[in-house]
Amino acid sequence: MTTWFVPRDAAARSVGADDVAQALAEQGHRVVRTGSRGMLWCEPLVECAPEPGGARVGWSNVTPEDVVEGRLQEGATNYLGVVAQVDYLAKQDRWVFERVGVIDPLDPDDYLAHGGLAGLRAALAKSPEGVIDEIVESGLRGRGGAGFPAGIKWRTVAQTAPCPHAGEPAGAPAHKYICINADEGDSGTFADRMLIEGDPFCLLEGMTVAAHAVGADKGIVYLRSEYPDAIEVLQEAIVIARERGWLGSSVLDTDLAFDVEVYVGAGSYVCGEETAMLESIEGRRGMVRVKPPLPAIEGLFGTPTVINNVMTMASVPSIMARGAESYARLGTEKSQGTQVFQIAGNTARGGIVETAFGISARELIEDFGGGTRSGRPVRAVQIGGPLGAYLPADRLEVAMGYETLAEAGGMIGHGGVVVFDESVDMAQQARFAMEFCAEESCGKCTPCRIGSTRGVEVIDRIRSGEDPEDNTVLLRDLCEVMTDGSLCAMGGLTPMPVLSALDNFPEDFAPHTRGREG
Amino acid sequence: MTLTREYAAWSPEQAEEIIAPIVRTPGPILRCLQAIQERFGYVPADAVALVAQRCNATRADVHGVLTYYADLRTQPPAAIPVRLCAAEACQAVGGRELQRAWEQACEGDQHLGELTGGNEPVFCLGNCALGPAALVGDRLLGYASVERIEAAVRRQHEQQGLQEGERS
Repeated sequence: MTTWFVPRDAAARSVGADDVAQALAEQGHRVVRTGSRGMLWCEPLVECAPEPGGARVGWSNVTPEDVVEGRLQEGATNYLGVVAQVDYLAKQDRWVFERVGVIDPLDPDDYLAHGGLAGLRAALAKSPEGVIDEIVESGLRGRGGAGFPAGIKWRTVAQTAPCPHAGEPAGAPAHKYICINADEGDSGTFADRMLIEGDPFCLLEGMTVAAHAVGADKGIVYLRSEYPDAIEVLQEAIVIARERGWLGSSVLDTDLAFDVEVYVGAGSYVCGEETAMLESIEGRRGMVRVKPPLPAIEGLFGTPTVINNVMTMASVPSIMARGAESYARLGTEKSQGTQVFQIAGNTARGGIVETAFGISARELIEDFGGGTRSGRPVRAVQIGGPLGAYLPADRLEVAMGYETLAEAGGMIGHGGVVVFDESVDMAQQARFAMEFCAEESCGKCTPCRIGSTRGVEVIDRIRSGEDPEDNTVLLRDLCEVMTDGSLCAMGGLTPMPVLSALDNFPEDFAPHTRGREG
Repeated sequence: MTLTREYAAWSPEQAEEIIAPIVRTPGPILRCLQAIQERFGYVPADAVALVAQRCNATRADVHGVLTYYADLRTQPPAAIPVRLCAAEACQAVGGRELQRAWEQACEGDQHLGELTGGNEPVFCLGNCALGPAALVGDRLLGYASVERIEAAVRRQHEQQGLQEGERS
């Protein structure tokens, strides 16, 4: 009996993967539900291994009718051949996503058969300091966008003594926490979701390595409520990991005691900011905290806390398994290793591209992404989420890295690349950036809370031709106040999409030039 | 597959039972409110005093949390709520136009509007390469169009009807 592989990833399910899996099962086939390979335009992408354990071949955009009518044959128009050899995948260098789309995410034996736990075993054979040195040496930086060196953050937590929760007496149990920020709210990003749905043990393994390194006993994954499939998979994975002794009072029969819990978000973008996330886990309004104290010293419930993004932590197992040196060799001088890019929006071939830093935006958008889905020319690209800059089509040679993008007036953020074709109205996009900030501001800083609403009004005045020159000066002034006068990136970086739109596409701000709806 | 779930009618006794294990953990307010909404579909006004008392917090604290988070509702949801993504990646593939078309469809069809509650916009469903994205009940849709959303609503509505038929 041939085994068929059908993704259970939410994106694949959103275009009919469940119906295809059901059709295959009704034909009497064994169906394994995997994550997605990340070639999302091919979903539902169905695979099978003609030789047991051999290379898997695939078909793109499969329908239940393809199954029922026996059309999944070599030579069919949607036949992809050996999936791992498809250009889009063959050109990538997968560390974080090496198992995603390949294994059954909730089969621990499949995980082990594909290199699972090699990183944790390597880490447990080292001293905590040795693990931290390795992470420092790898050059791994925060993939949530801030780019802070992960090893340095871990070292700070390791050097801080555990303590009881704030408000508890001195003799109460002392803790340190590993908190994972999986509040992936940036439009155009879905790597955290796909990793958790496709290889949840990888994240848990990374967290356990961190727990060993810094002496933490508790782990929390703060996962957004908009990702119900990911929540379900991760919760099941935690139960399985406990049963296997991968989590619990003696991890892999060592002295390490570490357990993980899932906390579900409640629809607030700003809770992706680390201190707002801590407030939310503590059950309060997700309002940003003033730093210092750094969360590494006084974080969740007042205890020393490592806060890392999903991609940062999911990079750890393969770094430990394959060695920091080979990871650090990838990428550029200051942006080492791989980045999981996400190509989204108006793209012909959207999906996951994990590759070394230093690739140009143009290669991602054209070579991988194949240009726009609409077939019209690319006009603008927003890199790094809703707070990232809009770059025009003639400036896409920029190398993707923390510093290189900053020099180009942008930021890499969480690695999202959103493509727009020539129909985009950039003044409308600038207005939306302010609108989004007004909607999602936690309200702590006045420039963000009120400035964003004033920003919408000023852009409306410019667009309607009301004193455009003075109002443009006013808009720039407002952006300066927001940048300098906000505690976190919400108010501090909203000016980035606004000003990049204004600077790179001034013609869209002139009245009566483009679509006026909005 | 879980369908848009059926919610229990508000009962303070049940609510107490649900939150009892949560109030013993640190930082319980938000999770109490989430658990109440999970069971009853929304957070009734009566729940605020209950959560405040059990969590040893003020009603103002609980009200503050309840009104901060977009997910938390103080009214029961529609039978099959529809949420269209209003963020950039979906805007790039006609998200704004879809929103207008969907809202028009709901205005033109009262039954559809009541069943789905029209549209409650959401910022990003994590389906940014296959946009526009929509959440219909608890089902994520890619390449959303008015036709595809309507078909998904019909499908879930029929399944809900079947489930009710099985119970009666």
